[in-house]
Amino acid sequence: MKAVLELSNITKHFGALTANDDVSLSLAQGEILALLGENGAGKTTLMNILFGHYAADAGAVRVFGRTLPPGRPRAAIEAGVGMVHQHFTLAGNLTVLENVMLGSEPLTRLRSARAAARARLMQIADRFGLPVTPEARVASLSVGERQRVEILKALYRDARILILDEPTAVLARPEAQRLFETLRGMTQNGLSVIFISHKLHEVMTASDRVAVLRGGRMVAERRTALTSAEDLAELMVGRKVDRPVRQDHQIGAPVLVADNLRVTEDGATRLDDLSFTVHAGEILGIVGVSGNGQAALGALLSGLAHPAAGRLTLDGRDVGHLGPRGLIRAGAARVPEDRHAEGAIGEMSVWENAVLERLRSPEFSSRGFVRRAAARAHAAALITRFDVRGAAPDTRIRLLSGGNMQKLILGRCLATGPRFILANQPTRGLDEGAIATVHAELLAARAEGAAILLISEELDEAVGLSDRIQAIVKGRLSRPVTAEQADPRRLGLMMAGIWEDDDAA
Amino acid sequence: MRLERRADTPLRLVVLAPLGAVLAALILAAGLIGAAKVDPLMAYGEMLRGALGSRLSVTEMLTRATPLILTGLAAAVAFRARLWNIGGEGQFYLGALTTAWVGHSLALPGALGIPVLMVCGMAAGALLLAGPAVLRLRFGVDEVVTTLLLNFIVILFVGLMIEGPLKDPLAFGWPQSVPVAGDFRLPDLIARTRLHIGLLIALAAAGLVWLILARTVFGVETRAAGLNPRAATFAGIALPRTIMGVALVSGALAGLAGAIEVMGVTGGVTTTMSPGFGYAGIVVAMLAALHPAGVVAAAIFVATVFVGADAMSRATGVPSFIADVIVALSLLTMLVALLFTNYRIRR
Repeated sequence: MKAVLELSNITKHFGALTANDDVSLSLAQGEILALLGENGAGKTTLMNILFGHYAADAGAVRVFGRTLPPGRPRAAIEAGVGMVHQHFTLAGNLTVLENVMLGSEPLTRLRSARAAARARLMQIADRFGLPVTPEARVASLSVGERQRVEILKALYRDARILILDEPTAVLARPEAQRLFETLRGMTQNGLSVIFISHKLHEVMTASDRVAVLRGGRMVAERRTALTSAEDLAELMVGRKVDRPVRQDHQIGAPVLVADNLRVTEDGATRLDDLSFTVHAGEILGIVGVSGNGQAALGALLSGLAHPAAGRLTLDGRDVGHLGPRGLIRAGAARVPEDRHAEGAIGEMSVWENAVLERLRSPEFSSRGFVRRAAARAHAAALITRFDVRGAAPDTRIRLLSGGNMQKLILGRCLATGPRFILANQPTRGLDEGAIATVHAELLAARAEGAAILLISEELDEAVGLSDRIQAIVKGRLSRPVTAEQADPRRLGLMMAGIWEDDDAA
Repeated sequence: MRLERRADTPLRLVVLAPLGAVLAALILAAGLIGAAKVDPLMAYGEMLRGALGSRLSVTEMLTRATPLILTGLAAAVAFRARLWNIGGEGQFYLGALTTAWVGHSLALPGALGIPVLMVCGMAAGALLLAGPAVLRLRFGVDEVVTTLLLNFIVILFVGLMIEGPLKDPLAFGWPQSVPVAGDFRLPDLIARTRLHIGLLIALAAAGLVWLILARTVFGVETRAAGLNPRAATFAGIALPRTIMGVALVSGALAGLAGAIEVMGVTGGVTTTMSPGFGYAGIVVAMLAALHPAGVVAAAIFVATVFVGADAMSRATGVPSFIADVIVALSLLTMLVALLFTNYRIRR
């Protein structure tokens, strides 16, 4: 097979950091190549160089045999390279068609050729099996649909090589599977695909070939059929990583009890008829396809939403009406779904973030003044205890990597010895090493008798950590199943809303 | 060429940014001065001499800097919480008018009356900003629009009052309000100059604001609310209460500026008593990167330009409006400079 794309000896420095070190890579016609590596391994930098967002310090990019001028995205587009970024670059207030046309028409034109563009878009959508409604506003689309628009945008510009940066980071598993089926179909139409990932299972199922980056270097290249997930994990991390395993132990008394809760938001019912119990020393996993009420459940258990009906009790005390600080005082701890948007204030220091939730407690303030020494000492203790790398109490928290930021947020929660912990997507976007740490901490809290509610879209994670599992579908919960009963088929049915004839566990 | 986010902003950039911005503004304004057929260096020399050349001119400059420190603090406090208070000018006037009105008929000894009048001015400014704050919190009304437009309403209201109920009968028909009683005039800081103890009050206010922002729970919560409202809410910070508190403090500072200007300089209120102290306060706050100590320095710079431009205008014939141009340009250049403190250029 002939190579449609060649990267040769790419090197890129950012100050003292070497993001890519002498990386070479080629892509064959009709191939799906997975670029695997942990966060910070240099995957995104490499693809940005290929697409012309960055200019490499050394090395060359050749597309269909022609060398691309460095640092010029337009040249890459014209050569037939399309990129779908992890964070979409769509205008929410425009329609699908307008988004696709955006940037592909000269500004000097007086009237845009909508009819022709629409026909062309529909033809492409049809050919590649990517159904869309051209007149729909992007803001009204789901994440999966938006991604489809991004892909169509690239195809509309005649992309023959498609690069997807962490395409499944925002997708639930069924959506991800559909995406990979679509990509497979597209390669049969002559496209070549590179996708960036740090998830082993999707690399194993969806790619023809895997290139593994570690610390900016290309450490291995494997035919997917001739390797294994274990192999790749070791190559990616550079050592053997085992996710910690849940040990059986005695489950205690009920801690957090929800009884027929209903939560409404702007008049719409988000959660209905919701009942669950989390016991001391137990992890209750809530699985489901994203958008089925996880956000409302997270808000409820964070003290940001309150039940319109029903009761929520923590150790027998009604806590449904409490705000975040009241909940924390009552013994709750919360790991938010999105650590950048909710968990931390990037421009503030580590110590400020470490105590923000408990700023008004006597431990960290007196007479309205912040007890800075105590707060700094607390932050320093968290950094040591939870092995937060690259952080001092006065470091701005946005300078930490995702994993280290999550360790600090987790530490902030665990430091109080909470009775109940909400862990909402606690490992989203983290690499294998960080995932193992987070899992180990959650299991340690469980062993010490904390009641933990884990909301996760990663089935492996939910099954691996949880004592019992319930599925959330359209704002309602299935009856719980024990981890032993939770085989993939049964979970799949539960997530599809089929559980009525199940025996209660 | 592209912009790349800096990992961290070194301290020297934080200090150099406003200096560079001011320098750039002066260079740009030099073009205009040159267009008026005057040597810019000479013009700037005159400006410096006019503002800093003699004991009298320095006291004049500091007199001018006093309200600017307070309106600058008002803007800085609000902007830190992302409450865009553009209404400093209106709050200044309402504070001034309230002070003149109460101070005209108040029967209290001076030592007691002066603090009472300062509180009156602060309350007036605070209440004026409370309205837009409530509108934003309850209905999401953009406070940039409401505070800005309120300025014009307040100034027209001041005009109404000083032509009507609060007209000074002894002003020979000049549109001027009744003056505050003589007991409530602020004592001079330096004899036989206009410089009054208001400067010390403004400096104390700067110190107090710094203490509140940097050391108190309210200060940290204010900053959190401004930097990331969602995360602040998640951490249990009551956003409406925080924003309301910020609005009251900010409005009070601008109102205090008006009160002090009346008690220290003008005695009564006219509709021309402020050469844009409220608006210039925004520039002061931005040049200061919203830091209270920086506010004092930036206020002194802006006052120097204002006072010096008058002298320069007399000596060279360049219209004194050049002061407004320089101040406005330095806001624009400061915005650019702020970009470069957070980002670097990459090729």
